Amino acid sequence: MSYIKKPRVHHPGLTRNRLGLTRRDYEGTMSTLCAGCGHDSITAAIIEAFWELEIAPHEVAKTSGIGCSGKTPTYFLKEAHGFNGVHGRMPSITTGAHAANRELVCIGVSGDGDSLSIGMGQFAHVVRRNVDMLYIIENNGVYGLTKGQFSASADVGSTAKRGQVNREHPIDSVLLSLNLGAGFVARSFSGDKEQLVPILKAGLRHRGFALIDVISPCVTFNDHRGSTKSYQYTRDNYNQLVYADFVPPAEEIAASFEAGDVRSVQMHDGSRIAFRKVPDDYDPTDRDQVYGYIRERQRAGEVATGLLYVEEAPQEGEHSDFHGLQATVDEPLSSYPFEDLCPGADTLERLQERFR
Amino acid sequence: MLKPTDTRNPDHYHRVVDCQWGCPAHTDIPEYIRLIANGQYTESYLLNRKSNIFPGILGRTCDRPCEPVCRRVRLDGEPVAICRLKRVASDLRDDITGFLPTIPEEKNGKRIACIGAGCASLTVANDLMPLGYEVTIFEKLARPGGLMWTNIPEFRLPAKVLWEEIDYILDMGVDLRLNSSIDSLAALLEEDYDAVFIGSGAPKGKELNLPGRWDSEQIHIGIEWLESVRFGHIDSCGDRVLVIGVGNTAMDCCRTAQRLGASDVKVMARKTKPYFKASPWELEDAIEEQVEILENHSPSRFIIEDGKVVAMEFDLVTWTPGENGRLKAEVHDSKIIECDEVILAIGQDTAFPWIERDIGIDFNKWDMPIVDKTTFMTSVPGVFMGGDAAWGPENIIWGVEHGHQAAISIHAWCEGRPLTDRPPEGMNLISQKMGLHEWSYSNDYDEAERVKMRHVDLQERFKRLDIEVEEGFDIEQTLTEVERCLNCDIQTHFEADLCIECDACIDICPLDCLTITHNGPEEDLTQRLTAPLLNYPEEPLFISEDLPQTGRIMVKDEDLCIHCGLCAERCPTAAWDMRKSDLLVPYAGLEAGEMHPGMSIMNLALNGGSADGEPAGPGAALTGAGAG
Ligand SMILES: Cc1cc2nc3c(=O)[nH]c(=O)nc-3n(C[C@H](O)[C@H](O)[C@H](O)COP(=O)(O)OP(=O)(O)OC[C@H]3O[C@@H](n4cnc5c(N)ncnc54)[C@H](O)[C@@H]3O)c2cc1C
Ligand SMILES: Cc1ncc(C[n+]2csc(CCOP(=O)(O)OP(=O)(O)O)c2C)c(N)n1
Ligand code: SF4
Ligand code: SF4
Ligand code: SF4
Ligand SMILES: [Mg+2]
Repeated sequence: MSYIKKPRVHHPGLTRNRLGLTRRDYEGTMSTLCAGCGHDSITAAIIEAFWELEIAPHEVAKTSGIGCSGKTPTYFLKEAHGFNGVHGRMPSITTGAHAANRELVCIGVSGDGDSLSIGMGQFAHVVRRNVDMLYIIENNGVYGLTKGQFSASADVGSTAKRGQVNREHPIDSVLLSLNLGAGFVARSFSGDKEQLVPILKAGLRHRGFALIDVISPCVTFNDHRGSTKSYQYTRDNYNQLVYADFVPPAEEIAASFEAGDVRSVQMHDGSRIAFRKVPDDYDPTDRDQVYGYIRERQRAGEVATGLLYVEEAPQEGEHSDFHGLQATVDEPLSSYPFEDLCPGADTLERLQERFR
Repeated sequence: MLKPTDTRNPDHYHRVVDCQWGCPAHTDIPEYIRLIANGQYTESYLLNRKSNIFPGILGRTCDRPCEPVCRRVRLDGEPVAICRLKRVASDLRDDITGFLPTIPEEKNGKRIACIGAGCASLTVANDLMPLGYEVTIFEKLARPGGLMWTNIPEFRLPAKVLWEEIDYILDMGVDLRLNSSIDSLAALLEEDYDAVFIGSGAPKGKELNLPGRWDSEQIHIGIEWLESVRFGHIDSCGDRVLVIGVGNTAMDCCRTAQRLGASDVKVMARKTKPYFKASPWELEDAIEEQVEILENHSPSRFIIEDGKVVAMEFDLVTWTPGENGRLKAEVHDSKIIECDEVILAIGQDTAFPWIERDIGIDFNKWDMPIVDKTTFMTSVPGVFMGGDAAWGPENIIWGVEHGHQAAISIHAWCEGRPLTDRPPEGMNLISQKMGLHEWSYSNDYDEAERVKMRHVDLQERFKRLDIEVEEGFDIEQTLTEVERCLNCDIQTHFEADLCIECDACIDICPLDCLTITHNGPEEDLTQRLTAPLLNYPEEPLFISEDLPQTGRIMVKDEDLCIHCGLCAERCPTAAWDMRKSDLLVPYAGLEAGEMHPGMSIMNLALNGGSADGEPAGPGAALTGAGAG
């Protein structure tokens, strides 16, 4: 943290998006996390992604649970709606928010402890329900906020700051969510915004549940030798498996890179994800193959990163996201008058009467 | 591939301190502003005096080349009021005579003659007297000071301020000979001096040889007219005055005429406003005093009746870009403007009728003596020159800097050392970290706008010639203005081997100064920065050594850094630190950073004002602790 606020003065060359906003307009308050925390870089990447997508902050709901990661929504989009919920319960809160207003752009920020330890049940079900949200796990292998205990994502054999060795098997959120049917699964690294920002943009545009597990070193409790979530370890074992670019609806894919090695996946709103430099035998839309590939890379000691799996957008009218599954109305429920949403005690009475 | 920046070369960090880099005398501006912020006016004055000699005079009149280059201009359009703050230090200082260098009673046996008692010669005396030299200044006029006395009007520069600062120097025991015009350099060289410094200025006002010029007594040369006013030979003027020319001299002439009773003063400009030579603030002040400035009037003749000028005729011109970028005038009409008096203020030249052309001093084709730009020596060994005399009219601060450099040369000359071996500058770098989030300086960016100087009421100020128009800053104004300074000397210092490439600094920097990227050719690398380069290469890039984890490099565009220290605060490994760069400037007989016995500002600043502080050795530095 710092005693001064980040001054508002900015570079005169700062560009404005179509809403007339600069990147600086997407910031939140000053971070109070440790200097050098990976979470802060993810915050910066989130700011960049929202600004580039030209999403108005007030159309966004940002939610989180408890942990250093849980604090981060305060540090971006100060004009967005926000809810900092109970430990591990961010998924239900987001589900509620999105149920009420399906037009909200939902982003939930969680930690490896928040999602894979205390919030494991909630996490599993929000994936199954396919709530239309971007779910970020800021994965540092420890409970940062409570001073560095191993979390459920700590690898076997990795050591804590004072030398204790972890012997419990890790939960891998990427493999887990592939298993649970997630339609968008990615892994990235806080120290690689070039990779992270396009994935964030694609994740925000994906209709349905999108998971991005971001390796995010805890400089204070898990950046030592023996850690498998440190800056150094991540860089040494980094494998950028797939390069994915996010291409908004209006743009030509070829404009951004060589057309030859492109495989493009259509998203529901007409934007596309363009994969390049994907291994020959890798199909990012084949769930089983992706699962196998990631396992194989893990056995080789690599951290496979990139937008690893994405399903092709279903045909119009076939959406299997939360609202599609519930067959709710197209208009946000929050736009209906209270009387229409809650017909009142009399109606309930009459309804119950029919079953007596 | 760009090479890593060598931050041990004093020039790199010096360039970042835009104002100090822009000041001919390299005044340590941010430090003196912090001292003012801290209420240490005397220390601030002394720090100023070290480099610019005349803080009280310059705090009012300096041409302030530091201000247009001030970083603040690039951020909110207005420079820090560097010059006005200097005046604050001067106005609020205590008696400083105890902190002036002690003059050795035993002289070193070397005698120096200076011609002219303007700022250039006075600086030479100031620098050489403490070393034991015997300095004699020959001055043509009855008072010292040069144009500072004869031409800069008292409503801009009160006599008390001028004499006080001149006396600090004269009281060192300078042998000042007034009313002593040097009419033959050859004769002076015959005398027993070890070196001669020519600081005789550019005393000849340019002429306007148009019909009628010589037929009336009411047509004056500006600088001569101002001098006559100063010496009381002129104490009134006609009602309608035309001032020809629109430089700073013209501004002083028109404003002086107002005070001598003129009610209709017009400044006649040949071109349009963008081409006016006067400093913007001098123009503003004249306009405030309701002087009329007429553009595109090119004088064609004086109209004389009965030996008195009654009007002038002007060609009305328009300017169009001609060949080789120069403007071409097109006359489309003419106009007669009535007047009672005309003042010509169209420039000055040097004049050396008293330098014999056969004594070895080489002159160029414009009849200007040839002076070495580094050593300030003429073609006659032991004869030096500086100030306006050397290369034509400049300003006080250049005159002072010439004086410092000439003094270094004269000292080397007298000791038989080569003049071209200039003593090197030095640089101290001192961390300003006081705690986890605490710095020794006020690191927050203050959005305050530049404070406006209050002026004496219009009616009031015309009552006398010597009413100073600018009132100076009060404490509240001062405290607002000091916070606008960005402390550009508190450098972001980077140690590549500590960086873990966490991006924290990149993300926090409010001005997007920082980039971590792969090295590459300049044209390519400069396209890959976080924010576009606006003033490269004038504002330098910092290029780090290769970073340990990925081999990429840290690049910093120094252009817009506000020295907020957030990069250093957010850096987990202290790879960035905020360090004060203290430029150590050598003077005659003083290595970079060394001070004269008795003038230890460091002791004064740190111990709260003990006059008998120990001399600080070479490399001594001001830390500025506690400022802001
Ligand atoms: C009207 C006017 C206003 C100005 N305002 C400013 C201002 O606001 N700020 C600023 O920075 N600059 C200003 N200047 C410019 C500034 O005054 C000069 O650049 C500066 O004074 C030059 O200093 P100097 O020591 O070289 O010479 P000068 O100040 O010209 O001093 C030379 C001295 O040498 C004497 N002398 C000349 N010949 C001989 C001789 N043969 N023997 C003996 N003595 C001799 C002269 O009498 C004079 O006293 C102004 C100039 C003018 C004309
Ligand atoms: C119900 C409940 N149990 C335990 C805690 C204590 N606690 C606070 S944060 C935290 C772990 C956070 O770890 P993680 O989600 O990985 O976040 P990080 O701080 O590492 O970003 C725990 C166990 C709590 N706040 N609430
Ligand atoms: S404890 Fe770890 S996770 Fe928490 S702010 Fe500090 S570095 Fe980040
Ligand atoms: S001090 Fe650091 S953070 Fe502040 S503007 Fe300069 S480079 Fe950026
Ligand atoms: S904050 Fe420090 S460690 Fe992190 S990238 Fe910047 S200089 Fe390197
Ligand atoms: Mg964690």
